[in-house]
Amino acid sequence: MADQHDFELATGGEEETRLLGEKLGRALRKGDVVLLSGDLGTGKTCLTQGIGRGLNCQGNVNSPSFVLMNEYDGRETLFHVDLYRIEDVEELDELGLWDYAERGVLVIEWPERGAELLPGDGLVIELRYGDMDRQRRLKFLPRGPRGEELVRSLGAA
Amino acid sequence: MNVLAIESSCDETAAAVIVDGRVPRSSVVASQVDLHARYGGVVPEVASRQHLRNVGPVIEQALADAGCTLAEIDAIAATRGPGLAGSLLVGYNAGKALAYGAGLPFLGVNHLEGHIYANWLVEGPEPVFPALCLVVSGGHTDLVFMRAHGQYERLGGTRDDAAGEAFDKAGRLLGLPFPGGPHIAREADQAASAPFELPRAWMHGTYDFSFSGLKTATLHTVERGQYGVSEIAFAFQEAVVDVLAGKTSRLARELGAKEVLVAGGVAANRRLREELRRRCPVPVRIPPPKFCTDNAAMIGAAANYHLALGETSPLDEDIFTTNNWARV
Repeated sequence: MADQHDFELATGGEEETRLLGEKLGRALRKGDVVLLSGDLGTGKTCLTQGIGRGLNCQGNVNSPSFVLMNEYDGRETLFHVDLYRIEDVEELDELGLWDYAERGVLVIEWPERGAELLPGDGLVIELRYGDMDRQRRLKFLPRGPRGEELVRSLGAA
Repeated sequence: MNVLAIESSCDETAAAVIVDGRVPRSSVVASQVDLHARYGGVVPEVASRQHLRNVGPVIEQALADAGCTLAEIDAIAATRGPGLAGSLLVGYNAGKALAYGAGLPFLGVNHLEGHIYANWLVEGPEPVFPALCLVVSGGHTDLVFMRAHGQYERLGGTRDDAAGEAFDKAGRLLGLPFPGGPHIAREADQAASAPFELPRAWMHGTYDFSFSGLKTATLHTVERGQYGVSEIAFAFQEAVVDVLAGKTSRLARELGAKEVLVAGGVAANRRLREELRRRCPVPVRIPPPKFCTDNAAMIGAAANYHLALGETSPLDEDIFTTNNWARV
Protein backbone atom coordinates (compact mmCIF):
# COMPACT_ATOMS: atom_id res chain seq x y z
CA MET A 1 0.00 0.00 0.00
CA ALA A 2 1.44 3.29 -1.14
CA ASP A 3 0.58 5.38 1.91
CA GLN A 4 2.59 3.18 4.23
CA HIS A 5 6.04 3.87 5.51
CA ASP A 6 7.67 0.58 6.31
CA PHE A 7 11.05 0.94 7.83
CA GLU A 8 13.66 -1.31 9.29
CA LEU A 9 16.34 -0.97 11.93
CA ALA A 10 18.81 -3.14 13.77
CA THR A 11 19.44 -3.48 17.50
CA GLY A 12 22.76 -4.63 18.92
CA GLY A 13 21.35 -6.84 21.66
CA GLU A 14 18.60 -7.48 24.19
CA GLU A 15 18.93 -4.21 26.08
CA GLU A 16 18.72 -2.17 22.89
CA THR A 17 15.63 -4.09 21.81
CA ARG A 18 14.14 -3.41 25.24
CA LEU A 19 14.90 0.33 24.98
CA LEU A 20 13.18 0.46 21.60
CA GLY A 21 10.17 -1.27 23.13
CA GLU A 22 10.17 1.26 25.96
CA LYS A 23 10.06 4.13 23.48
CA LEU A 24 7.12 2.49 21.71
CA GLY A 25 5.44 1.75 25.05
CA ARG A 26 5.51 5.44 25.99
CA ALA A 27 3.60 6.28 22.79
CA LEU A 28 0.94 3.57 23.14
CA ARG A 29 -2.57 4.30 24.35
CA LYS A 30 -5.81 2.44 24.96
CA GLY A 31 -7.05 0.64 21.86
CA ASP A 32 -3.64 0.17 20.27
CA VAL A 33 -2.78 -3.22 18.82
CA VAL A 34 0.83 -4.29 18.19
CA LEU A 35 1.53 -7.56 16.44
CA LEU A 36 4.94 -9.21 16.74
CA SER A 37 6.06 -11.91 14.35
CA GLY A 38 9.40 -13.68 14.22
CA ASP A 39 11.16 -16.97 15.01
CA LEU A 40 11.92 -18.27 18.49
CA GLY A 41 14.61 -16.19 20.14
CA THR A 42 14.37 -13.11 17.92
CA GLY A 43 13.32 -10.93 20.86
CA LYS A 44 9.50 -10.72 20.83
CA THR A 45 9.18 -11.08 24.59
CA CYS A 46 12.20 -8.82 25.08
CA LEU A 47 10.56 -6.06 23.03
CA THR A 48 7.35 -6.53 25.02
CA GLN A 49 9.32 -6.17 28.28
CA GLY A 50 10.34 -2.74 27.00
CA ILE A 51 6.77 -1.88 26.04
CA GLY A 52 5.73 -2.80 29.60
CA ARG A 53 8.41 -0.48 30.94
CA GLY A 54 7.19 2.34 28.67
CA LEU A 55 3.65 1.82 29.97
CA ASN A 56 4.91 1.93 33.59
CA CYS A 57 3.67 -1.59 34.17
CA GLN A 58 4.18 -3.25 37.51
CA GLY A 59 6.15 -6.48 37.61
CA ASN A 60 8.38 -8.24 35.13
CA VAL A 61 6.86 -9.07 31.76
CA ASN A 62 7.57 -12.70 30.92
CA SER A 63 6.50 -15.09 28.21
CA PRO A 64 2.78 -15.95 28.04
CA SER A 65 3.26 -18.97 25.74
CA PHE A 66 1.62 -21.39 28.13
CA VAL A 67 -0.81 -19.22 29.97
CA LEU A 68 -1.75 -17.65 26.58
CA MET A 69 -2.23 -14.20 28.06
CA ASN A 70 -0.63 -12.12 30.78
CA GLU A 71 -2.10 -8.88 32.04
CA TYR A 72 -0.13 -6.06 33.64
CA ASP A 73 -1.44 -2.94 35.38
CA GLY A 74 0.24 0.26 34.23
CA ARG A 75 -0.53 3.64 32.71
CA GLU A 76 -2.71 1.50 30.46
CA THR A 77 -3.36 -2.18 31.07
CA LEU A 78 -1.02 -4.27 28.93
CA PHE A 79 -2.52 -7.48 27.53
CA HIS A 80 0.34 -9.66 26.31
CA VAL A 81 -0.86 -12.58 24.20
CA ASP A 82 1.14 -15.41 22.63
CA LEU A 83 -0.49 -17.46 19.87
CA TYR A 84 2.59 -19.55 19.34
CA ARG A 85 0.71 -22.82 19.14
CA ILE A 86 -2.23 -21.55 17.09
CA GLU A 87 -2.16 -22.55 13.47
CA ASP A 88 -5.56 -21.79 12.02
CA VAL A 89 -6.40 -18.17 11.15
CA GLU A 90 -10.05 -19.05 10.56
CA GLU A 91 -10.63 -19.85 14.22
CA LEU A 92 -9.35 -16.53 15.50
CA ASP A 93 -12.34 -14.34 14.73
CA GLU A 94 -14.60 -16.02 17.25
CA LEU A 95 -12.12 -15.82 20.08
CA GLY A 96 -12.96 -12.38 21.35
CA LEU A 97 -9.28 -11.46 21.35
CA TRP A 98 -9.82 -7.99 19.92
CA ASP A 99 -12.17 -7.04 22.76
CA TYR A 100 -9.16 -6.71 25.03
CA ALA A 101 -7.90 -3.73 23.02
CA GLU A 102 -10.95 -1.80 24.22
CA ARG A 103 -9.64 -2.14 27.76
CA GLY A 104 -5.96 -1.37 27.17
CA VAL A 105 -2.99 -2.04 24.92
CA LEU A 106 -2.94 -5.39 23.14
CA VAL A 107 0.42 -6.91 22.19
CA ILE A 108 0.17 -10.20 20.31
CA GLU A 109 3.09 -12.50 19.60
CA TRP A 110 2.46 -14.72 16.64
CA PRO A 111 5.61 -16.16 15.16
CA GLU A 112 4.16 -17.63 11.96
CA ARG A 113 1.83 -14.87 10.91
CA GLY A 114 2.21 -11.19 10.43
CA ALA A 115 0.14 -8.40 8.97
CA GLU A 116 -2.70 -10.57 7.70
CA LEU A 117 -4.04 -11.00 11.22
CA LEU A 118 -4.51 -7.33 12.08
CA PRO A 119 -8.18 -6.38 11.61
CA GLY A 120 -7.78 -2.58 11.65
CA ASP A 121 -5.28 0.08 12.56
CA GLY A 122 -2.12 -0.84 14.36
CA LEU A 123 1.50 -1.76 14.06
CA VAL A 124 3.08 -4.97 12.83
CA ILE A 125 6.70 -5.60 13.80
CA GLU A 126 8.65 -8.40 12.13
CA LEU A 127 11.73 -9.55 14.02
CA ARG A 128 14.57 -11.63 12.64
CA TYR A 129 18.17 -12.53 13.36
CA GLY A 130 20.81 -10.05 12.16
CA ASP A 131 24.19 -10.81 10.64
CA MET A 132 26.03 -10.61 13.93
CA ASP A 133 25.52 -12.84 16.95
CA ARG A 134 23.35 -10.63 19.16
CA GLN A 135 22.03 -8.41 16.41
CA ARG A 136 18.30 -8.41 15.61
CA ARG A 137 16.55 -6.72 12.70
CA LEU A 138 13.13 -5.18 13.28
CA LYS A 139 10.84 -4.22 10.43
CA PHE A 140 7.96 -1.88 11.23
CA LEU A 141 4.81 -2.15 9.11
CA PRO A 142 2.22 0.48 10.07
CA ARG A 143 -1.48 -0.07 9.32
CA GLY A 144 -3.72 2.98 9.03
CA PRO A 145 -3.17 6.49 10.44
CA ARG A 146 -2.62 5.29 14.00
CA GLY A 147 0.04 2.85 12.84
CA GLU A 148 1.79 5.69 10.99
CA GLU A 149 1.63 7.83 14.12
CA LEU A 150 3.26 5.10 16.20
CA VAL A 151 6.06 4.67 13.69
CA ARG A 152 6.63 8.44 13.71
CA SER A 153 6.87 8.37 17.50
CA LEU A 154 9.83 6.03 17.08
CA GLY A 155 11.61 8.82 15.29
CA ALA A 156 11.23 7.48 11.78
CA ALA A 157 9.42 8.46 8.58
CA MET B 1 -13.26 -30.77 57.74
CA ASN B 2 -14.48 -31.80 54.25
CA VAL B 3 -13.73 -29.23 51.56
CA LEU B 4 -15.19 -29.37 48.05
CA ALA B 5 -12.66 -27.62 45.79
CA ILE B 6 -12.98 -26.43 42.19
CA GLU B 7 -10.22 -25.44 39.75
CA SER B 8 -10.68 -23.94 36.27
CA SER B 9 -7.82 -21.47 35.75
CA CYS B 10 -6.47 -22.83 32.45
CA ASP B 11 -6.78 -26.14 30.60
CA GLU B 12 -8.51 -28.37 33.12
CA THR B 13 -11.87 -28.32 34.82
CA ALA B 14 -11.32 -30.08 38.12
CA ALA B 15 -13.12 -30.81 41.38
CA ALA B 16 -12.07 -32.70 44.51
CA VAL B 17 -13.15 -33.52 48.04
CA ILE B 18 -10.33 -33.11 50.57
CA VAL B 19 -10.40 -34.13 54.25
CA ASP B 20 -8.52 -31.91 56.72
CA GLY B 21 -6.31 -30.53 53.93
CA ARG B 22 -4.32 -33.76 53.66
CA VAL B 23 -6.43 -36.65 52.40
CA PRO B 24 -8.02 -36.57 48.94
CA ARG B 25 -11.32 -38.50 49.03
CA SER B 26 -11.69 -37.78 45.32
CA SER B 27 -9.97 -35.79 42.58
CA VAL B 28 -11.56 -35.47 39.15
CA VAL B 29 -9.86 -33.70 36.22
CA ALA B 30 -11.53 -33.10 32.85
CA SER B 31 -8.74 -32.11 30.52
CA GLN B 32 -9.16 -29.94 27.47
CA VAL B 33 -5.79 -30.95 26.10
CA ASP B 34 -7.40 -33.04 23.33
CA LEU B 35 -9.70 -30.21 22.39
CA HIS B 36 -6.88 -27.68 22.42
CA ALA B 37 -4.64 -29.92 20.36
CA ARG B 38 -7.08 -29.24 17.52
CA TYR B 39 -6.50 -25.51 17.98
CA GLY B 40 -2.85 -26.06 18.82
CA GLY B 41 -3.15 -24.50 22.25
CA VAL B 42 -5.42 -22.97 24.84
CA VAL B 43 -7.99 -20.70 23.26
CA PRO B 44 -9.73 -18.43 25.78
CA GLU B 45 -13.33 -18.44 24.58
CA VAL B 46 -13.22 -22.09 23.61
CA ALA B 47 -11.76 -22.93 27.01
CA SER B 48 -14.45 -20.93 28.76
CA ARG B 49 -17.31 -22.66 26.94
CA GLN B 50 -15.78 -26.06 27.63
CA HIS B 51 -15.33 -25.30 31.34
CA LEU B 52 -18.99 -24.36 31.45
CA ARG B 53 -19.95 -27.71 29.93
CA ASN B 54 -17.63 -29.64 32.28
CA VAL B 55 -18.02 -27.91 35.62
CA GLY B 56 -21.36 -29.44 36.70
CA PRO B 57 -20.54 -33.06 35.79
CA VAL B 58 -17.03 -32.77 37.29
CA ILE B 59 -18.40 -31.56 40.66
CA GLU B 60 -21.02 -34.33 40.69
CA GLN B 61 -18.36 -36.89 39.89
CA ALA B 62 -16.07 -35.61 42.67
CA LEU B 63 -18.91 -35.95 45.21
CA ALA B 64 -19.85 -39.41 43.87
CA ASP B 65 -16.24 -40.66 43.93
CA ALA B 66 -15.90 -39.40 47.51
CA GLY B 67 -19.13 -41.24 48.36
CA CYS B 68 -20.73 -38.17 49.85
CA THR B 69 -23.38 -35.54 49.22
CA LEU B 70 -23.23 -31.78 49.60
CA ALA B 71 -24.72 -32.27 53.09
CA GLU B 72 -21.38 -33.71 54.30
CA ILE B 73 -19.33 -30.84 52.88
CA ASP B 74 -18.19 -28.18 55.39
CA ALA B 75 -16.87 -25.54 52.98
CA ILE B 76 -16.38 -24.79 49.29
CA ALA B 77 -13.19 -23.47 47.72
CA ALA B 78 -12.38 -22.38 44.17
CA THR B 79 -9.37 -20.99 42.32
CA ARG B 80 -9.54 -17.20 42.25
CA GLY B 81 -6.45 -16.54 40.12
CA PRO B 82 -4.10 -16.13 38.39
CA GLY B 83 -5.32 -17.51 35.08
CA LEU B 84 -7.54 -16.70 32.13
CA ALA B 85 -10.51 -14.55 33.17
CA GLY B 86 -13.11 -16.46 31.14
CA SER B 87 -11.90 -19.78 32.53
CA LEU B 88 -11.54 -18.66 36.16
CA LEU B 89 -15.02 -17.16 36.21
CA VAL B 90 -16.68 -20.50 35.47
CA GLY B 91 -15.23 -22.39 38.44
CA TYR B 92 -15.26 -19.41 40.79
CA ASN B 93 -18.90 -18.59 40.16
CA ALA B 94 -19.93 -22.25 40.34
CA GLY B 95 -18.25 -22.41 43.76
CA LYS B 96 -19.94 -19.23 44.96
CA ALA B 97 -23.36 -20.39 43.76
CA LEU B 98 -23.03 -23.78 45.46
CA ALA B 99 -21.86 -22.18 48.70
CA TYR B 100 -24.69 -19.65 48.65
CA GLY B 101 -27.29 -22.30 47.86
CA ALA B 102 -26.08 -24.68 50.56
CA GLY B 103 -25.32 -21.98 53.13
CA LEU B 104 -21.66 -23.01 53.34
CA PRO B 105 -18.52 -20.88 53.80
CA PHE B 106 -16.73 -20.03 50.54
CA LEU B 107 -13.04 -19.36 49.97
CA GLY B 108 -11.10 -18.17 46.90
CA VAL B 109 -7.63 -19.71 46.57
CA ASN B 110 -4.51 -18.49 44.76
CA HIS B 111 -3.63 -21.09 42.11
CA LEU B 112 0.12 -20.87 42.87
CA GLU B 113 -0.48 -21.35 46.58
CA GLY B 114 -2.52 -24.38 45.58
CA HIS B 115 0.45 -25.85 43.68
CA ILE B 116 2.59 -25.55 46.82
CA TYR B 117 -0.07 -27.18 48.97
CA ALA B 118 -0.01 -30.27 46.74
CA ASN B 119 2.90 -31.08 49.07
CA TRP B 120 0.40 -31.48 51.94
CA LEU B 121 -1.25 -34.28 49.95
CA VAL B 122 1.92 -36.38 50.20
CA GLU B 123 1.40 -39.13 52.78
CA GLY B 124 3.37 -39.06 56.03
CA PRO B 125 4.25 -36.13 58.32
CA GLU B 126 3.33 -32.63 57.14
CA PRO B 127 5.95 -30.32 55.63
CA VAL B 128 8.11 -28.47 58.17
CA PHE B 129 8.68 -24.69 58.16
CA PRO B 130 10.64 -22.77 57.15
CA ALA B 131 10.41 -24.34 53.71
CA LEU B 132 11.75 -23.28 50.33
CA CYS B 133 9.32 -23.86 47.47
CA LEU B 134 10.28 -24.29 43.82
CA VAL B 135 7.23 -23.82 41.57
CA VAL B 136 8.07 -25.07 38.08
CA SER B 137 5.44 -25.40 35.38
CA GLY B 138 4.66 -24.34 31.83
CA GLY B 139 3.58 -20.91 32.99
CA HIS B 140 5.60 -20.33 36.19
CA THR B 141 9.09 -20.64 37.61
CA ASP B 142 9.23 -19.16 41.12
CA LEU B 143 11.43 -19.62 44.21
CA VAL B 144 9.31 -18.83 47.25
CA PHE B 145 10.28 -18.90 50.93
CA MET B 146 7.62 -19.99 53.37
CA ARG B 147 8.08 -19.27 57.09
CA ALA B 148 4.58 -20.42 58.02
CA HIS B 149 1.21 -21.22 56.50
CA GLY B 150 0.20 -18.45 54.12
CA GLN B 151 3.47 -16.50 54.38
CA TYR B 152 5.21 -16.23 51.04
CA GLU B 153 8.34 -14.35 50.13
CA ARG B 154 9.14 -14.60 46.42
CA LEU B 155 12.93 -14.54 46.19
CA GLY B 156 13.35 -15.27 42.52
CA GLY B 157 11.61 -16.22 39.32
CA THR B 158 12.01 -16.34 35.59
CA ARG B 159 12.72 -13.13 33.74
CA ASP B 160 11.50 -14.54 30.43
CA ASP B 161 10.39 -18.11 29.69
CA ALA B 162 9.11 -20.52 32.33
CA ALA B 163 11.02 -23.80 32.68
CA GLY B 164 8.19 -25.92 31.26
CA GLU B 165 7.82 -23.55 28.36
CA ALA B 166 11.56 -23.79 27.66
CA PHE B 167 11.20 -27.59 27.49
CA ASP B 168 8.31 -27.26 25.06
CA LYS B 169 10.04 -24.76 22.81
CA ALA B 170 13.23 -26.81 22.73
CA GLY B 171 11.09 -29.82 21.86
CA ARG B 172 9.64 -27.88 18.98
CA LEU B 173 13.11 -26.85 17.76
CA LEU B 174 14.11 -30.52 17.84
CA GLY B 175 11.00 -31.57 15.92
CA LEU B 176 9.50 -33.43 18.91
CA PRO B 177 5.72 -33.58 19.54
CA PHE B 178 3.84 -31.45 22.12
CA PRO B 179 4.26 -31.39 25.08
CA GLY B 180 8.04 -31.17 24.82
CA GLY B 181 8.98 -32.08 28.42
CA PRO B 182 8.43 -35.85 28.42
CA HIS B 183 9.78 -36.20 24.84
CA ILE B 184 12.99 -34.36 25.67
CA ALA B 185 13.44 -36.50 28.78
CA ARG B 186 13.01 -39.67 26.70
CA GLU B 187 15.48 -38.52 24.03
CA ALA B 188 17.97 -37.45 26.71
CA ASP B 189 17.77 -40.91 28.31
CA GLN B 190 18.72 -42.46 24.98
CA ALA B 191 21.81 -40.28 24.63
CA ALA B 192 22.87 -40.63 28.29
CA SER B 193 25.67 -38.12 27.58
CA ALA B 194 26.64 -35.34 25.19
CA PRO B 195 30.04 -34.22 23.85
CA PHE B 196 29.16 -30.54 24.44
CA GLU B 197 27.34 -28.29 26.91
CA LEU B 198 24.68 -25.66 26.36
CA PRO B 199 25.03 -22.35 28.27
CA ARG B 200 23.53 -21.72 31.70
CA ALA B 201 22.27 -18.24 32.61
CA TRP B 202 23.26 -18.01 36.28
CA MET B 203 21.96 -14.44 36.76
CA HIS B 204 24.61 -13.92 39.45
CA GLY B 205 23.63 -11.97 42.51
CA THR B 206 19.97 -12.91 42.09
CA TYR B 207 17.77 -15.96 42.45
CA ASP B 208 16.16 -15.25 39.11
CA PHE B 209 16.16 -17.53 36.10
CA SER B 210 16.43 -16.90 32.38
CA PHE B 211 15.86 -19.53 29.74
CA SER B 212 15.61 -17.48 26.55
CA GLY B 213 19.39 -17.51 25.91
CA LEU B 214 19.39 -21.29 26.23
CA LYS B 215 16.54 -21.40 23.71
CA THR B 216 18.58 -19.38 21.19
CA ALA B 217 21.69 -21.50 21.81
CA THR B 218 19.63 -24.65 21.25
CA LEU B 219 18.34 -23.22 17.97
CA HIS B 220 21.89 -22.47 16.77
CA THR B 221 23.04 -25.96 17.75
CA VAL B 222 20.15 -27.53 15.82
CA GLU B 223 20.91 -25.37 12.79
CA ARG B 224 24.60 -26.29 12.72
CA GLY B 225 23.55 -29.92 12.35
CA GLN B 226 26.64 -31.28 14.05
CA TYR B 227 24.80 -33.16 16.82
CA GLY B 228 21.82 -35.48 16.91
CA VAL B 229 18.43 -34.84 18.52
CA SER B 230 19.14 -37.07 21.55
CA GLU B 231 22.46 -35.38 22.31
CA ILE B 232 20.97 -31.90 22.07
CA ALA B 233 18.01 -32.98 24.22
CA PHE B 234 20.46 -34.29 26.82
CA ALA B 235 22.53 -31.11 26.84
CA PHE B 236 19.39 -28.99 27.04
CA GLN B 237 17.85 -30.92 29.93
CA GLU B 238 21.14 -30.87 31.86
CA ALA B 239 21.40 -27.07 31.43
CA VAL B 240 17.86 -26.46 32.77
CA VAL B 241 18.20 -28.96 35.62
CA ASP B 242 21.65 -27.65 36.62
CA VAL B 243 20.37 -24.10 37.09
CA LEU B 244 17.11 -25.09 38.81
CA ALA B 245 18.75 -27.55 41.21
CA GLY B 246 21.83 -25.35 41.71
CA LYS B 247 19.91 -22.23 42.69
CA THR B 248 17.34 -24.08 44.78
CA SER B 249 19.94 -25.99 46.81
CA ARG B 250 22.09 -22.89 47.38
CA LEU B 251 19.12 -20.84 48.53
CA ALA B 252 17.87 -23.65 50.81
CA ARG B 253 21.30 -23.68 52.47
CA GLU B 254 21.50 -19.89 52.83
CA LEU B 255 18.03 -19.59 54.31
CA GLY B 256 18.35 -22.56 56.61
CA ALA B 257 15.22 -24.12 55.15
CA LYS B 258 14.17 -27.34 56.86
CA GLU B 259 12.57 -28.74 53.74
CA VAL B 260 12.35 -28.11 49.99
CA LEU B 261 8.86 -28.34 48.46
CA VAL B 262 8.57 -28.80 44.69
CA ALA B 263 5.41 -28.00 42.75
CA GLY B 264 4.18 -27.77 39.15
CA GLY B 265 4.28 -30.06 36.13
CA VAL B 266 8.06 -29.92 35.56
CA ALA B 267 8.44 -31.70 38.94
CA ALA B 268 7.65 -34.85 36.92
CA ASN B 269 11.11 -34.61 35.28
CA ARG B 270 13.26 -37.43 36.67
CA ARG B 271 16.61 -35.65 36.25
CA LEU B 272 15.29 -32.61 38.12
CA ARG B 273 14.10 -34.81 40.99
CA GLU B 274 17.45 -36.63 41.11
CA GLU B 275 19.56 -33.48 41.10
CA LEU B 276 17.41 -31.67 43.66
CA ARG B 277 17.64 -34.66 46.00
CA ARG B 278 21.39 -35.03 45.41
CA ARG B 279 22.28 -31.36 45.97
CA CYS B 280 19.82 -30.08 48.58
CA PRO B 281 21.03 -30.20 52.19
CA VAL B 282 17.50 -30.98 53.47
CA PRO B 283 14.68 -33.37 52.50
CA VAL B 284 13.07 -32.64 49.11
CA ARG B 285 9.33 -33.31 48.91
CA ILE B 286 7.74 -33.86 45.49
CA PRO B 287 4.02 -34.60 45.12
CA PRO B 288 2.90 -37.45 42.84
CA PRO B 289 2.51 -36.33 39.19
CA LYS B 290 -1.31 -36.20 39.30
CA PHE B 291 -1.07 -33.51 41.99
CA CYS B 292 1.79 -31.64 40.23
CA THR B 293 -0.23 -30.74 37.14
CA ASP B 294 -3.39 -28.64 37.55
CA ASN B 295 -5.94 -30.28 39.85
CA ALA B 296 -8.51 -29.32 42.47
CA ALA B 297 -7.14 -31.44 45.34
CA MET B 298 -4.30 -28.96 45.82
CA ILE B 299 -6.85 -26.12 45.99
CA GLY B 300 -8.70 -27.98 48.73
CA ALA B 301 -5.43 -28.54 50.63
CA ALA B 302 -4.56 -24.82 50.52
CA ALA B 303 -8.13 -23.83 51.44
CA ASN B 304 -8.08 -25.96 54.57
CA TYR B 305 -5.62 -23.91 56.60
CA HIS B 306 -7.29 -20.60 55.62
CA LEU B 307 -10.68 -22.00 56.63
CA ALA B 308 -9.26 -23.38 59.88
CA LEU B 309 -8.23 -19.81 60.72
CA GLY B 310 -11.81 -18.70 60.11
CA GLU B 311 -11.02 -16.96 56.82
CA THR B 312 -13.66 -16.84 54.09
CA SER B 313 -14.16 -14.82 50.91
CA PRO B 314 -17.12 -12.49 50.40
CA LEU B 315 -19.44 -13.63 47.61
CA ASP B 316 -19.00 -10.33 45.75
CA GLU B 317 -15.23 -10.77 45.49
CA ASP B 318 -13.89 -10.94 41.93
CA ILE B 319 -11.28 -13.17 40.31
CA PHE B 320 -7.78 -11.88 39.49
CA THR B 321 -5.65 -12.66 36.44
CA THR B 322 -2.06 -11.65 37.25
CA ASN B 323 0.68 -13.58 39.04
CA ASN B 324 0.65 -12.15 42.54
CA TRP B 325 1.98 -13.72 45.74
CA ALA B 326 0.52 -10.88 47.78
CA ARG B 327 -3.01 -12.06 46.96
CA VAL B 328 -3.20 -15.15 49.11
